[in-house]
Amino acid sequence: MALPYAHDIDITVQVNGRAVRAVVQPRTTLLDWLREEVGLTGTKKGCNEGACGTCTVLVDGKRMNGCLTLAVQCDGREVTTVEGLAEDGELSPVQRAFRDLDAFQCGYCTPGQLVSATACIAEGHATDPATVREWMSGNICRCSSYPQITAAVLTAAADVR
Amino acid sequence: MIATRVEATAKLTGRATFAADHRPEGVLHAVLVGAPVAAGTLRGVDADAARALPGVTAVLTAADLPDFPRLDMPAAVLTLPFTDDRIPHEGWPVAIVLGESIEAAEAARAVVRVDCAAEPPVLLGSGERTPAMGEDAVVFTKGDVDAARAQAAVRVEQTYVQAARHHNTMETSGTVARWDGDRLTLWDAVQAGSTVIPVVSKAFGIDAANVRVVSPHTGGGFGGKGYIWPHEVLAAAAARVAGRPVKLHLRRADQFSAVGYQPWMEQTIRLAADAEGRLLGVEHAAVNNAGLVETHVEPATEASKSLYASPAIRLRLEIERVSLNVPTPMRAPVEGPGLWALESAMNELADEAGIDPLDLRLANFAEVSPADGRPWSSNRLREAYAEGARRYGWRNRHQRPRQDGHWRIGHGMATCSMGSFRFPGAARVHLGADGSAVVESNVHDIGSGAQTVLAQIAAEELGVPLDRVAVRWGDTDLPRTGPTYGSSTTMGTGSAVASAARDVGKQLADLGIEADAMAAAGVDEIVGEGTYELPDGAMFNGDGEGTPYAMRTWGVIFVEVGVDPDFGILRLRRAVGVYSAGRIVNALTARAQMIGAIVWGWGKATMEESDQEPVHGRWLAKNLSNVAVPVNADIPADIDVSFVEEFDEAASLIGARGIGELGATGVDAAVAAAVHDAVGVRVREVPILPWKVLAG
Amino acid sequence: MIDFAYARADSPATAVAALRDDHATVLAGGTELLNWVRLGIAAPERVVDIGGLDELRGITRDGDTLRIGALTTLNEIGEHPLAVAHAGALASACLQAASAQIRNRATLGGNVLQRTRCAYFRAEEPVPWPCNRRSPGSGCAALAGLHERHAIFGWTDECVAVHPSDPAVALVALDAVVDVVGPAGPRAVPSTGFHLTPEEAGLREHRLDPDELIVGYRIPIEPGAQAYIKIRERASYEYAIVSAAAVVGPDRARVALGSVAGKPWRLPDLVGVPLTREALLPAVEERMAGANPLPHNGFKVTMARNAAVRAVLTAGGAR
Repeated sequence: MALPYAHDIDITVQVNGRAVRAVVQPRTTLLDWLREEVGLTGTKKGCNEGACGTCTVLVDGKRMNGCLTLAVQCDGREVTTVEGLAEDGELSPVQRAFRDLDAFQCGYCTPGQLVSATACIAEGHATDPATVREWMSGNICRCSSYPQITAAVLTAAADVR
Repeated sequence: MIATRVEATAKLTGRATFAADHRPEGVLHAVLVGAPVAAGTLRGVDADAARALPGVTAVLTAADLPDFPRLDMPAAVLTLPFTDDRIPHEGWPVAIVLGESIEAAEAARAVVRVDCAAEPPVLLGSGERTPAMGEDAVVFTKGDVDAARAQAAVRVEQTYVQAARHHNTMETSGTVARWDGDRLTLWDAVQAGSTVIPVVSKAFGIDAANVRVVSPHTGGGFGGKGYIWPHEVLAAAAARVAGRPVKLHLRRADQFSAVGYQPWMEQTIRLAADAEGRLLGVEHAAVNNAGLVETHVEPATEASKSLYASPAIRLRLEIERVSLNVPTPMRAPVEGPGLWALESAMNELADEAGIDPLDLRLANFAEVSPADGRPWSSNRLREAYAEGARRYGWRNRHQRPRQDGHWRIGHGMATCSMGSFRFPGAARVHLGADGSAVVESNVHDIGSGAQTVLAQIAAEELGVPLDRVAVRWGDTDLPRTGPTYGSSTTMGTGSAVASAARDVGKQLADLGIEADAMAAAGVDEIVGEGTYELPDGAMFNGDGEGTPYAMRTWGVIFVEVGVDPDFGILRLRRAVGVYSAGRIVNALTARAQMIGAIVWGWGKATMEESDQEPVHGRWLAKNLSNVAVPVNADIPADIDVSFVEEFDEAASLIGARGIGELGATGVDAAVAAAVHDAVGVRVREVPILPWKVLAG
Repeated sequence: MIDFAYARADSPATAVAALRDDHATVLAGGTELLNWVRLGIAAPERVVDIGGLDELRGITRDGDTLRIGALTTLNEIGEHPLAVAHAGALASACLQAASAQIRNRATLGGNVLQRTRCAYFRAEEPVPWPCNRRSPGSGCAALAGLHERHAIFGWTDECVAVHPSDPAVALVALDAVVDVVGPAGPRAVPSTGFHLTPEEAGLREHRLDPDELIVGYRIPIEPGAQAYIKIRERASYEYAIVSAAAVVGPDRARVALGSVAGKPWRLPDLVGVPLTREALLPAVEERMAGANPLPHNGFKVTMARNAAVRAVLTAGGAR
């Protein structure tokens, strides 16, 4: 065979600004790798099929479902999780807005919401309530803090500006 | 008072730990292997291929596991898996894979071969129907409903159906179990950790004192994590057999059959009224599905003896046994289903009688409990109706535009109500000489903001600033208090905290000092204990039993719904809810609860269902891609929730009743009424899917 | 998931060689493949990752043709000025698909190759009921089961499922051409003939051979307006019950329906039909005369007709 197929792949991923080197099986998702190997349990597993957005992380600044991404696909890339949002111990504008506008209840979907909101703002989609609602629909909240989440995204967007 | 949640930073930085976040040294990953048929008997499990896969430590079958005794409530499943060869539903655990990694365990599950002798499953609608409680399906009678029907000027008789639906919590249930000799620690996704202990101790025949359940954060409960489910015992059993800690975090597919759901229900309502719409008789018959072996009853008829004054009432309850896993309470049990039927019928009665639906409710307002004439502990429903109508603009709703682009606009309303469940409570409060305080109680954080409310209560009672009050919760080593379900926590544990704080005050008084003089007096700390007890030391109390009062919470919901007649699709445009629920301790968390509850109701009304496949008997879809729950785009900003000013001292020391579920009742009936208002189609089955609107 | 072996392709040619020689399975974004492997729909021994092939990514205008590379993501297409200007139905379809997170990984090539969302098909193994696509010859459980979301055209007793892709519907309405490469070299497949229904081809879903790779799409640029209408019970992040793409030019309106068959269903063009509801309803209905609903999905005929009319009117500027 022309290509060097392997069952163990060497990867180096920048996780929240820190280089993490590992040997991973190709089938290991970014989600499971972060939680089980890197020890970052902030990112949660909701459905493991990309239908809920709970596992949202950033890869090179773009929001993606960790369960629909293989760790091997992140070799050489930057991954940001909820643990990487605060800077020097200071909550980010998105985190502050979620706190102040009470945009969470049980907290399980919250890491995904925060990461997704951070990207939503960076993408330029935090323009008005209807646009935010649509662009944040990839993060399901069963406790249903949706109006508060939308308000928090808009507030944080203004703060970021 | 508005106070941000005490656990905010932890949740916002990813530091709040949920059950599956725990990784004790040496932990094994467990995956359940479920029976692939909905009915039959197990002939054998062939795990050779599975055991041969790298990273697979073991595949446990009945032979490897202890013999479990029959359990007691609040175990939801009394006869555990692995006890006999009967298969009561698809997904019934017949093996447990243990792997060094999640990948290894999941891959192994797929290659375990389960051999069954399949039998035809019992399908919804064709199961055996029996009285739900006792010998007689009739559970309540007052007056003569048959005479009432004969005399009535206006009558409604309709049947309302609701599909089965799963809680679909974002966190699936899961348990991490670790044995240290005879001591068992469980990190468990639960709503009542204290109640796990008797179930687990009985399952293993161990001393309850040797079991500890740690559960600081639960990723959504809604009742789905209220009772104790087999996987919790199985995680501990696997850990015992393997001699290593085990993490059994249910996969989403397994969640559909390993824990419960709100049952499929069929309810028939017969209302008889005079020409002015005053009720002469109410008949309510309800049937919900149960498992073939395990039982769950949804007493949906409660509403019909609690909401409206009627001289004649007759209630019937039945269950229908089918080849599904057993249902369980879901946010707004009893009244959630009950008001779907009753409030829909009342809206139809209003139309029949030519009376405004709100006026019909006012005409039938119950000054005292219709069931037994007891006075209400506190009932400000009339004020709620008035305030809600004002905020919504109910009286001039049809003077506003009836069309918005493609959308036909409709309006609907319904009464909201929940019975007042109360459980005993216990708490401890520490007051330090430095002016700080610690509240301790084994409540759970399912998102209601309970810990924050407890901190507020302690702060207020002690006269200590809120930011000097810490709360410890979610550990059975702390004072064991009532469960975090049934909208009971603020009432029960809140009262216990108030009581403990008053105990601190009493001890200070006995010492003859003020709190700020503790240091000078050489007193480091004062520890107060408090409890909340029910009449006759009962473990549960509903509806004010044992007191002179009937207790219930109340409210009204108004919804504006857009219907696109070309497709039958529905969109929520605005909602107004006003509630009478006693004192509101934290306005911020209370608002979140009510909004969440209205969305819960919208989901039930318009999209949520779990279908039993009509030939094979199992859930058709066991995932979130084929099962819908509301997304952000479904929910407008214009959801206006508020409370009537109220202090109910009969219900609890702090004047509160419960709010977590109240807002989820009545929403579906209001939505169905709005659909009828918009396009003249009457749908009597939820969810109101587009094709049901088009069919009308 | 099973433990598959993995390698990265450094060129489209390498990828094609891997398909031909190693019977490898292509990994692009992975938003479909990972679920296929988890459910047991696919069990690849070898996976070749083409995600690094930047030459297959991007949107350019080449005279009267819009070129979109197969690895361009749905979000990239949805907001690209060229796509918005010249393939508005496609851009809109892309943005109405899935979620923002999925759209950041999902590629156009992968999206059109996605498989049905039929709940029977998507059961995890062991599959407990007949499904010819999971186990050829076993039958079709949806036929006698719950099939409200299933086909009204082109089905047979072998399979009644629908193709769920939104972008594919727009591509068909736009008469896009699919560029593929295989061991025998490049070839072009009209998108109207790319997907296949059971009536046409049994269980074969599309015309891409197992050793071929989609490299890009060419969309003719023509004057006019476009729209994509997606009907679903929740407002976002859900597959369509029905959908419709409309491309309204000066002399004709091209319409394709989605989620009504195993392939996007192109209606005969509307020529000389006034762009009013009164004129369009019977015209579309006539072009849907061959609809063959299942016992429980007759409403889909009405919904699809209304979606087509709504799409044409929306493109035509009506509200």
